Formats: sequence, C-alpha cells, structure tokens
Amino acid sequence: MADLTNNFVGIKSPNPFWLASAPPTDKAYNVTRAFKAGWGGVMWKTLGEDGPPVVNVNGPRYGAIWGGDRRLLGMNNIELITDRELQVNLREIKQIKKDWPDRAVVVSLMVPCEEDAWKAILPVVEETGADGIELNFGCPHGMSERGMGSAVGQVPEYIEMVTRWCKANTSMPVIVKLTPNITDIRYPARAAHKGGADAVSLINTINSIVSVDLESFSPNPSIDGKGSHGGYCGPAVKPIALNMVAEIARDPETAGLPISGIGGITTWRDAAEFMALGSGNVQVCTAVMTYGFKIVEEMISGLSNWMDEEGYTSIDQFVGKAVPKVSDWQYLNLNHITKAKINQDLCIKCGRCHIACEDTSHQAIMAQKDGKRHFEVMNDECVGCNLCVLVCPIEDCIVMEALEPGVIDERTGKVVEKDYANWTTHPNNPAAAKEPAE
Amino acid sequence: MGENILKEGISSGRLPPSQLEKNFADLHPPLDRHEALVEAERCYFCHDAPCQEACPTEIDIPLFIREISTGNVLGAAKTIFNQNILGGMCARVCPTETLCEEVCVREEAEGKPVKIGHLQRYATDMAMERNAQFFTRATDTGKRIAVVGAGPAGIACAHRLSTHGHDVTIFDARDKAGGLNEYGIASYKTVDGFAQAELEYVTAIGGIKIELGQALGRDFSLDDLKKKYDAVFVGVGMGGVNALRAEGEDAQGVADAVDFIADLRQTDDLSKIEIGRRIIVIGGGMTAIDAAVQAKLLGAEEVTICYRRGHEEMNASEFEQNLATTKGVVVRHWLQPKKVLTAEGKVTGLELEYTEMVDGRLKGMGHTATLPADQIFKAIGQKLDTHHAQGLELVGGRIEVDENGKTSRQGIWAGGDCVAGGDDLTVTAVAQGRDAAESIHGALMGETR
Repeated sequence: MADLTNNFVGIKSPNPFWLASAPPTDKAYNVTRAFKAGWGGVMWKTLGEDGPPVVNVNGPRYGAIWGGDRRLLGMNNIELITDRELQVNLREIKQIKKDWPDRAVVVSLMVPCEEDAWKAILPVVEETGADGIELNFGCPHGMSERGMGSAVGQVPEYIEMVTRWCKANTSMPVIVKLTPNITDIRYPARAAHKGGADAVSLINTINSIVSVDLESFSPNPSIDGKGSHGGYCGPAVKPIALNMVAEIARDPETAGLPISGIGGITTWRDAAEFMALGSGNVQVCTAVMTYGFKIVEEMISGLSNWMDEEGYTSIDQFVGKAVPKVSDWQYLNLNHITKAKINQDLCIKCGRCHIACEDTSHQAIMAQKDGKRHFEVMNDECVGCNLCVLVCPIEDCIVMEALEPGVIDERTGKVVEKDYANWTTHPNNPAAAKEPAE
Repeated sequence: MGENILKEGISSGRLPPSQLEKNFADLHPPLDRHEALVEAERCYFCHDAPCQEACPTEIDIPLFIREISTGNVLGAAKTIFNQNILGGMCARVCPTETLCEEVCVREEAEGKPVKIGHLQRYATDMAMERNAQFFTRATDTGKRIAVVGAGPAGIACAHRLSTHGHDVTIFDARDKAGGLNEYGIASYKTVDGFAQAELEYVTAIGGIKIELGQALGRDFSLDDLKKKYDAVFVGVGMGGVNALRAEGEDAQGVADAVDFIADLRQTDDLSKIEIGRRIIVIGGGMTAIDAAVQAKLLGAEEVTICYRRGHEEMNASEFEQNLATTKGVVVRHWLQPKKVLTAEGKVTGLELEYTEMVDGRLKGMGHTATLPADQIFKAIGQKLDTHHAQGLELVGGRIEVDENGKTSRQGIWAGGDCVAGGDDLTVTAVAQGRDAAESIHGALMGETR
C-alpha cells in the first residue's frame, strides 16, 4: 500500500489531509473527533489578540447555493475568528498536541498589523508545542474592516512585512494564507516568499453574496433584514483555487515555495489534482461541514488505491507533476485539431448537443438523418470546441478525437500538420516574429 | 381477515370500512415539494423532446418541468393547461408508460423515465388548489355552439370555444357531467371528487352552460341542435356494451364492468357495494383491469381476468397488468367464454374454451376449462349507441371524421371515443375536442380550415 505520510515544511503527519482553519477546528472537542476519524492535521481556527474575544453575529452565519437534489455546491460565511478566550484555546492546543503527537497542529493567527502584537502572541503559541503557524491574511469579511485578514493580504508590502516579523520572532514554520480577492495571486505569494515564508496556503474564501431573498430583498445570510458579503467556499470555488495554486507553482520567482492547497476539496480526486498542481498537502473545510469528518476515510483509501494503481509509493512522486503542463495560451499547439464524435450506441437522443451547437455555437450537429431523430457531428463545421461533450448527460458518449497528421480537416480543407505551431509564430499575429526579409 | 370475506355468493361489506378506505386511497400519493424538485432535476430538457411528441395533446413537457424546478409551479400549470385543459385528470389516468414516459430519454438511458405524470399532477394540483385561472374569454362573438356529451372531449372543446368568445351549451344524458372522468375510471385513480372539482375549475371561465339529463336521440336530435346553434360538437363516447356471445349471459350475477366501475365511483359508502367471493372478468383492456382490481379491493377472494388472446395483445398497459397481479388478480390468457353455468338462475361458474391463433385468426381449440364464479363482469369493449349515429357516416362502427374533427354532415364536428381512429384515451379525447374547437372557431369566423 502507498505511503501517505506527509512532510510539509518539516511538519509530519500520517496523511496529507488537514482540516483548514475554520469552525471544525475551533475547539479540542471537534479536533479530537477529527483526529479519531483519521485527519492528518488541523489548522486551528484563527486566534486573535489576548483580551476580550471578538463577537459573532447571532443570526445565520452561512449561506449556500445548491445543485440538483439540494446538493451543496457553494457556501459562504460571515463568521469571524475564534470568539473564545485566547487562554482557553492555547490550553486546548497544548493538550491536543500532547494527546496526538503524530498529527499536525498548526495555529492560525490574526492580530493587528503591528509588530508588538505579533511579538506578543508568537511566544505563547510556540509554548503550546504547536507545529507551526498560519498567518490569516485571507478572511474577506468583518476582520478586514478592522485592517486585518484580507486587508493585509491585498497589500503585498504588508504581507512581506508581517511575514518577516513572524520569522524574526518565532522558530515555528510560518505558512502565509492568501486571499483570492486580488487580481494576480503571484504578487502576494512573491511578497510572502520575500518575507521568508516557509510556505503559502490558498485559497481563503472569496467575496460573495450567495443569494437575495426576493421577499425581504435582503442578501443571505440575512441578519435582521440585512446581509453583508461573506467568504465563499466549497466545490464551486475549486477551479479558481486550482488556477491560483498553479500560477504560484509555475512562477519562477516563487519556484520551490511549498504550497498547502485549499478550495472546495471534497474527494481524494480533488486532493490529488491540487497536489499534482504543486500542493504539498491539502486542507479541507466545506466538505466536512457538509458531511462530517468521516469523509477522510474515503480520501485516504481513494488516494492510496489510485497511487497503488499508478505505481506511486509516496506522495512526493506526483506532487507538482502537472505544473509543467500548465502553459500560457499563446504556446498552445494550433496544429492540434480535434473533432467531436458521438457514440451512437451510447446516445440516448436527448438532443442537447444539437441545440447547444445549433443555437450557441457552430451548427455542427445534425438532429435528423433519413427522417429519423439522429445526432451526428458534421466534421466540416465542427471546430472542436467541446461544448457538446460538456452538455451531454451521458459520460463518454461524445468524445473529442484528434485528427492524425496528414489527414484533411474537412472544415478548413487543409492538411493537418504534424509539427507544433503556436500563436507567437502564426501569420495572423501582428506581433509574430516575421521571417527575415531576403 | 373478517368472516364476511368467506360469505358465498354476492354480498356487501366483505371488508371493514377502515380497510376499504385504505384499499381505495389514492393509487399514487402526490409528490411533495422536495420530491417534485428532485424529480424535475432529472429532466434533461431535451431538444425537440420525444415526450412532447408522444403526448396526444403535445404538452411542452420539458418546459413545464423546468418551470417546476425553478419554483415557478403556476407557470408550469399554465404550460400544461395551454395544451390540455384536463391536464389534472390526464396526470392521473394517462398510461404514461406507453406515452410520454415510454420515450423519455431517461427510459432509454437507465430504464427509469422522469415521472412526467406525477410532475404534471404536482403542478396542476397546485394551480387548482389556489384556483389560479389562466384563461379569459375573448370578446363575445355572438356565436352559439352545442356540445353533446360532457366527457373529456366535450369539456375540452367547450373550454377552447369559450376562450374564443363563443357561448357553449353542453348536453349530457347523465345526472352528473364529466363522462368517463366521472363514471368510467377506477376510484383509486381519481379520489376526493376530483372529476367534479376539475369540471368546476375548467368551466369557471364562463360562457359554458351544462344541461344534464338530456340524451341525444331521446330528448333531442342533431337536427334540432343544428337549427338552434351555429355549430355542433358530438362527444358522446361509447354508450353501448358489447355482448359476451356466451350461452346464459342473462343469468343473475353477470354484469357490465362499466356499470360496476360507475357504481363504485358514485357511491358514498363502499361497504354497500356488493361483490362476489369468486369473480371472473372477461376482457383485456383498462376496463377489465379497473373492474378486477376494484373487485379484489372490495374483498373478493378470487379474481380472474380471462382474455381470449395473449399477453402481448392486451390493451391494458404493462403497468396496469402489473398493478392487477400485485393486487392479487390472476390474469389468464387464451381463454374465451363459452357458457355461463348457473343454478337457480344464479351464476355458479363459467365454462371457457382455450383459443389459439391459426393463420392470423383466433380459433377455439375445442378444449374447455371450467372456473367457479358467483359474479362475472363483461369488459369486452363498448360500442357507439345506435341512437347516437343520427345520420352521420360511420367507419368501423364509429363516427367518421377528418383531421379537424369534421363529420360527414356540414356544421357537425365530433371527437373522443365515439370517433374512428382514436385510441380510447382521455388525453386523445381532450386533443380531439380542443382541435375540433379550433376548427369550429375557424369555420364560424370565416377562416378557411
């Protein structure tokens, strides 16, 4: 069986599945249950400064969107950092670390952007025996209005500064958690790297309003008739997170900077994808808030079985393996030509491929043949866009098939070239390098 | 099991009232909101959907299901009623497994079609509960149309005519309007007086007068109507019952299944309906199934359907046949009635002859079987009442019509079971009534149709 043990910036855990800093990791009670269920580590819910703790709203804290059968696809929250006394949290962290020495316990922190505030909290956290700290520069609601969370994460200079303070004042590994509420994720990551961060973790939640109540006209979750934007998470954010992880992983300036992947991870497969794009481990939150801690069993067995099938004996053998496959658009091979093909044995004749193509794309799928309901791709119109594959309700009924070099593309009438050629050299590109004049 | 169930002969009260109430409850309890949403999500919103094509009234099924899925249930109801004003009844009685649901792509994909009938009921029930009315009458045209028969065809025709601003008078021979919706469908398919509630809901549009106890051929003729009205629509159904052509069929205990079904629908106390201990139902259609299943539900110990042809040829749908067998009815094929056995004028059994197909023709084999019975229901088909022909051309014993429902006589249209070429379904009757109304409207308003 594959070895799932994880070594992330020197923090060891029996598997790469950690719980993200969030309600599931707010108390010893929950964390104990999580460890019993098999989770490899936790990011303890964000601690703030010593003193009176923050208060939360007492109305609904979460909102959601659903797919069919009310399957939760995306959730947002307006909860703040821990609202429990600092000392209580520290005591519990210390006990948990003592009870579960083989699990990772990293403490998420958020204090004002002043060096003294960080100097004050770092030693008391270190004293618990925690394995590391995660700087919460991500929460987009509430705390950001007080100059913390994403308010820091949106200013690379602040990220670098605070990271440097932390590195100077603790020997614990420092993981910087990034907000996705920026235009280019590489800048905050570079700042963290410059400040000396041991790793970055991402993404934190996304600014969002999940829905509007059309009777009260209040956004949800609604607190006495009003709502504020909250942090969006869950399966719906995974594509955004994957891209941001990949952007950092392939940025030469942050090459080699460890990444802890977060964002809608629900199954072993999601986790493997994040890891393939360069995440050394992953953090999960919404999935356990939806289904409970037990899902880690599926994640462990799924990842392990996949690794066995693929011949990987340890996770570092596939971490980052997809990174070289991520490219800029301009380097994609324009000579790679595909056509959709409908498997008539699998086709149930719903016609969705036809109407999608007919109404919104390239009029490349017929709806009738010999007077009968029949759906077939017309290669002379098909641009290979893949829309039909996506809207088809039957898996593998429509597949994209690449044309072999040498055959004629019926749409363009041109022979398919076997050589790679991209936009940078394309004759239609005004900026393309021209052949030198004779 | 109570003792009454063992009573010989024909008797009422075989089962306690509480059991009867349970037995005759709604066959398909309505979907609740969540069930409806989950089911609606299953619809693929097909292009040029096969289900819509399979529906005789061509309801835009993908659209109404999508409307349900977005919480726009009244929009869904309107989509249904636009095509089929009796969408509520059709949701209950349509053999969806041989219509829309048979061709649902989910049936092809996984053998589990979207429950279109249940969803249609969900939407139409809600509209009726709220009395949401979607149609108004156009400006009064001053035209008056007579509709004969207040069944599905007549009601659908009258409603559509009313929307166009015409005044309609419906004549019906019975004490209650509704036709087979009121008298001819198993009780468990349409509970709680649904047929009358639907009638009220539909006629609420106004401009529709219903004259009950008025029989064509007895109280008036088509010539009378032609004189008084601008157009006539005939939707009289099939008033006659085919004879068994078996010796002794006049014996006490031999009855028409349609009468039995009507009695069940009209009673307010099921424990007063008499039923035998051993029942034979002759026939292979929906009427046979409805009678047999309800005989069983009333407490008959043995119920056997005897059909002279094979399983494949039965008119009753697969679903109906399965329903019968799960309720404990025995279905026997290739048996035709030969002689009703009696003692003191009462039925004691039935002698049947085995049959086979020889060169495409059904033939008796000479071998016989005898089944004990104290009650025999005939369900071997209905025919047009001879008083109803009224000089109209017939084909195959039914009224001949063109694709617009026009009969051989100028100014007279017809639709529903009484016309040739149909399939004896409520939904087809609705489609024919509706389309005839459009044709009448066109003719009266000077359009060429």
